[in-house]
Amino acid sequence: MSTSTKFDHPTNANRFNQDQARTHWHDSALWFIREKRDRMSKSLPEWETLRSCASQIKAHTVSKLADYLEEFEKNARARGAIVHWAKDAEEHNQIVLDILKKHEAERIVKSKSMLTEECHLNPFLEKNGIEVVDTDLGERIVQLRQEGPSHIVMPAIHLKKEDVSETFHQHLNTEAGNNDPCYLTESARQHLRDKFMQADVGITGVNFALADTGGIVVCTNEGNADLGVSLPNVHIACMGIEKLIPSADHLSIFLRLLARSATGQPITTYSSHFHGPREGGELHIILVDNGRSNLMNSDDYRNALKCIRCGACMNTCPVYRRSGGHSYAATVPGPIGSILNPLRDAKHHKSLPFACTLCGSCTDVCPVQINLHEQLLTLRTEVKNQKQLPVSKTMPMRIASWVFQRPKLYAWLGGIGKFFLRNLPRFMIYNGMNPWGKNREMPEAPSESFRQQYAKRAKKNQSK
Amino acid sequence: MSSKDHILKSVRNQLVPSVDLPSMQQEWIQYADPVAHFGDVLAAVGGTAVVVEGLDGLAESLAELPVYVDAKKTVSCIDGLMGNIDLDRIDDPHALEDVDFALLPGEFAVAENAAVWVTDAAIRHRVVLFIPQHVGLVLHCPGGQVDDVIVNNLAEAYQKLSWQANQFGCFVSGPSKTADIEQSLVIGAHGARSLHVFFVL
Ligand code: SF4
Repeated sequence: MSTSTKFDHPTNANRFNQDQARTHWHDSALWFIREKRDRMSKSLPEWETLRSCASQIKAHTVSKLADYLEEFEKNARARGAIVHWAKDAEEHNQIVLDILKKHEAERIVKSKSMLTEECHLNPFLEKNGIEVVDTDLGERIVQLRQEGPSHIVMPAIHLKKEDVSETFHQHLNTEAGNNDPCYLTESARQHLRDKFMQADVGITGVNFALADTGGIVVCTNEGNADLGVSLPNVHIACMGIEKLIPSADHLSIFLRLLARSATGQPITTYSSHFHGPREGGELHIILVDNGRSNLMNSDDYRNALKCIRCGACMNTCPVYRRSGGHSYAATVPGPIGSILNPLRDAKHHKSLPFACTLCGSCTDVCPVQINLHEQLLTLRTEVKNQKQLPVSKTMPMRIASWVFQRPKLYAWLGGIGKFFLRNLPRFMIYNGMNPWGKNREMPEAPSESFRQQYAKRAKKNQSK
Repeated sequence: MSSKDHILKSVRNQLVPSVDLPSMQQEWIQYADPVAHFGDVLAAVGGTAVVVEGLDGLAESLAELPVYVDAKKTVSCIDGLMGNIDLDRIDDPHALEDVDFALLPGEFAVAENAAVWVTDAAIRHRVVLFIPQHVGLVLHCPGGQVDDVIVNNLAEAYQKLSWQANQFGCFVSGPSKTADIEQSLVIGAHGARSLHVFFVL
């Protein structure tokens, strides 16, 4: 699926960094979106109120999740929707397949759903002889390239228009070398319209589900979810159980935060509210756990269930921006992914909590106030306690701790370090032994150490 | 045990501290001139808004829109203005594939984000909001003032909404768009290539 087969973040990031120009481009593309988000957040004086309300509503919902799930099911049923429950990814995929079989469906259009990605629905359906077309432009691009999305909101953010042009030339017969985004988008529009017209069933994700009305809300800019489910008779909506909110009124809070945090827009172009199937049609809603209920038990990590998948934490993360989404080898990358993935599968994703500078920027931008960097720090301790850390990380820590306990030795080594930084030839400082010197300059050694300055100052004060 | 029971049991058996819901009555943003703000935000997201006098004004304004004048297949769900395709005579929504322009009723507008609330109450096939090349949304202002059909922010908007059975409703803000190719904004991804909002006095 993903282009990175390895789970080791540093190795994958290293590969991404081999193309320095592209790394810089990726970095600035995401920073540009982060800046748009900042401008948007400042356009509303109540921004912080919205964030704390959102966080509180989510915390409240999680504290009574079982009741809300039951309420939602009852109300959705009353409106004629068919509600399914899936413990895990396999069961979710099987439910989808059963519905498709019942309708003898062969062609499916899907709109961006990270949950179906998480469940690896596409390969499963393809194995069963069903054509699945992702209809979000970015998703379609990565699907044609047989890659996974590298970002949860902008799935093809790692690609340049030349890459897209090549992909479309290969698969959609577009003009070779025509890199014009308008031309390429238009070609995809025509290609996907055919797919919409032929589809037997439309599958969407769910942004929010409303306990008090039994409705679901789907947000897109392209209108792909809506086209996908208003032509065929059957709509399958796949949602994680954490997507629930108590009441339709609460949507005002979340819709005001979501697009502003995600792309710096005041709202997505289409925010569609589905309440039951349309006349003569079927609406299936699949409620999926797949590890979510495990998170609830932990005071440390429960907050991660508040996530509304806006992607703001990725756009701001200095590590994500310089290592690319694929380096995380996971459906959800970036800060929130570095929490969710190791909690689900510690063995494979143990390097992710370390793909973090603990700068706290993710926590600052998160619209639902998830304490991302604190959780990442806690996770690190856990990885260490489980003895999953490589010696390259534990050994220097042990040595550092030994040195820090011996102040005289520390001071002496500091002096030596400064001397070496100043006087050693480059090749002895910048080499494989010094990971800090990779792709960056070491700091200049100050002429006086802090200790020397402090001692001088103390002396001066005394003599006054 | 069914998966439902399994999930409910594992969700219920947890010690999660209880948290109260916040009050939704807060001082949400108000605009000195909501109509002007709506127009500015809509322009920024690629749409246009105009205020017209009555149905005649609407017809005049449409006559100035090349995408309306050039449209071969049109749908109108606005009383007093005819399209050349009658939605009531169409049973299969696929037949609407090549509609060029659809004129549809909006219920009210939101100044904060230039969204217009549209439902399928008066639109037989809801795909007609998404499949035409161009869409015009018409907001009738019964009191003769735009202020009657506009609210300041989404919090006020949801206060106005009620949820009927099998209803489909959508906040539409501008034409369909994408920035998936190198972050260049392209208008007209899958849905409408242009969105025009008419406030009819
Ligand atoms: S953790 Fe917060 S910032 Fe990151 S995607 Fe989730 S809601 Fe957005």
